[in-house]
Amino acid sequence: MENTIADREAEVVEEFGMFTDWMDKYEYIISLGKELPLIEESKKTDDLLIKGCQSRVWLHAKMENGKVVFTADSDAIITKGVISLLIRVLSGQSPESIINTELTFVERIGLKEHLSPTRSNGLVSMIKQMKLYALAFKAQHNGQ
Amino acid sequence: MIIDTKIDITALRAKFPILHTEVNGKPLVYLDNGASSQKPQSVIDAISRYYEAENSNIHRGVHTLSANATMAYEEVRKKVQRFINARYDHEVIFTSGTTGGINLVASSFGEKFIGKDDEILITAMEHHSNIVPWQMLCERKGAKLQVIPISDEGEIDLKDVERLLTAKTKLVSVVHISNSLGTVNPVSEIIRMAHANGTPVLIDGAQAAHHTPVDVQALDCDFYAFSAHKMYGPTGVGILYGKEEYLNAMPPYQGGGDMIKTVSFAKTEYNELPFKFEAGTPHIAGGIGLGAAIDFINSIGFEAISAHEKEVMQYAISTLGTISGLRQIGTAKKRAGVVSFLLDGIHPYDAGVILDKMGIAVRTGHHCTQPIMDRFGIPGTVRASFAVYTTKQEVDKLAEGLERVVRMFK
Repeated sequence: MENTIADREAEVVEEFGMFTDWMDKYEYIISLGKELPLIEESKKTDDLLIKGCQSRVWLHAKMENGKVVFTADSDAIITKGVISLLIRVLSGQSPESIINTELTFVERIGLKEHLSPTRSNGLVSMIKQMKLYALAFKAQHNGQ
Repeated sequence: MIIDTKIDITALRAKFPILHTEVNGKPLVYLDNGASSQKPQSVIDAISRYYEAENSNIHRGVHTLSANATMAYEEVRKKVQRFINARYDHEVIFTSGTTGGINLVASSFGEKFIGKDDEILITAMEHHSNIVPWQMLCERKGAKLQVIPISDEGEIDLKDVERLLTAKTKLVSVVHISNSLGTVNPVSEIIRMAHANGTPVLIDGAQAAHHTPVDVQALDCDFYAFSAHKMYGPTGVGILYGKEEYLNAMPPYQGGGDMIKTVSFAKTEYNELPFKFEAGTPHIAGGIGLGAAIDFINSIGFEAISAHEKEVMQYAISTLGTISGLRQIGTAKKRAGVVSFLLDGIHPYDAGVILDKMGIAVRTGHHCTQPIMDRFGIPGTVRASFAVYTTKQEVDKLAEGLERVVRMFK
């Protein structure tokens, strides 16, 4: 899967283009949320926790062959569904491209409201945190 | 005299423009009244009229507009006095809201009357606004916050009040009606017990002032705080009632214009009540709006309001009770305004998002009462909260919405 962030965003946008009503869209997000591999309960430590006022998000990142691999979880399914899309787009990409990307797909598939700070679901902080991980990995790499 | 307690709900709803709007393409079902109620046209008009025809600063100018605005604003103070049956209109202090009122007491009463090792007594069902100001005060003064526990039903036990009231207790501050559980607290009994201990009492009336008549003299509370925006009035304005003897003994809260008599660099003489606690230009339009909101409530009357709201509340409790997997959080014998619940295996956030798509506005989360959620070991609840314009049909729509949520997340 060597495609760029933009390629993957386009793919998601195309997928969501099929849905004509909100119900189908949300049912799909819920199914994505249910499919997302969970972080084991014992590994949901506080250092992975991103506190939202409404739902909580756990985010883990590691470097594999020069790419950042993310795993994440949330206690709310819809939040998890959106997380699964974010992971699909950003996981397995180089630190550099993660740092430099301006995600547009969430808005394009009509889920912008979930990235509103007032939703307090932890997603805004999660994207920030993903970029911070990428930045840290890049610094680590440069230091070697 | 026969009092008509039946509300013409269609005519009443017609007075609220926002109730006829659509959200996400669906007719709005507004069940987040605990957070803020909607405003009738008369309140909106009163605010517009003020800015169109009366706007100017109060308590200052000799010109006609200023005199008119001052009169209108001070009329509202008298209206509030009658609304809560205070002895004097100078016991009615305009604030920015319930939070503002509680902070005023924490800061000013706290400065004068709370010392090292003193105790402030609250309940486990307080809103953060009735926890954090006391914690801040305790930190400043080396005082201690004591908490009356709650049962699984969301009730306090008066025996605990008795036990926790000691010679060290210098203030009791409790919520009249809980914003997340709907519990109506036995405030009269608490006040009586606290007074027997020589302790003054503040009542957080944010969720009560629009549901139930408040008579501060009958209650004999020492402070009572509430917000205009939860009682059909505008945001940014509220009332702190305080007994004259306390208000006189307390130092001013904030310094500035209006709260002074004379100012020199050597010494400033403070103004008398109520102005001592009202520094700076107040939210005049908000005050005028509050006056219109009280007129609105009075035009219906609490008897009719209570009868209608009780009916809707009972209907909601029984209707939601038929949804499988729905657990109500807070099942106190006396409840008002709020039904809080969880759907088995479904996060409140998820339920709230889907309901919103159906045009149904509820609140989800911890409702600024995190200690309650910790007490019940839950992340939060879904909360439906009612007002005088809430209908049984809206409760039905909520129930239908919830059935759909359950189907979607199964």
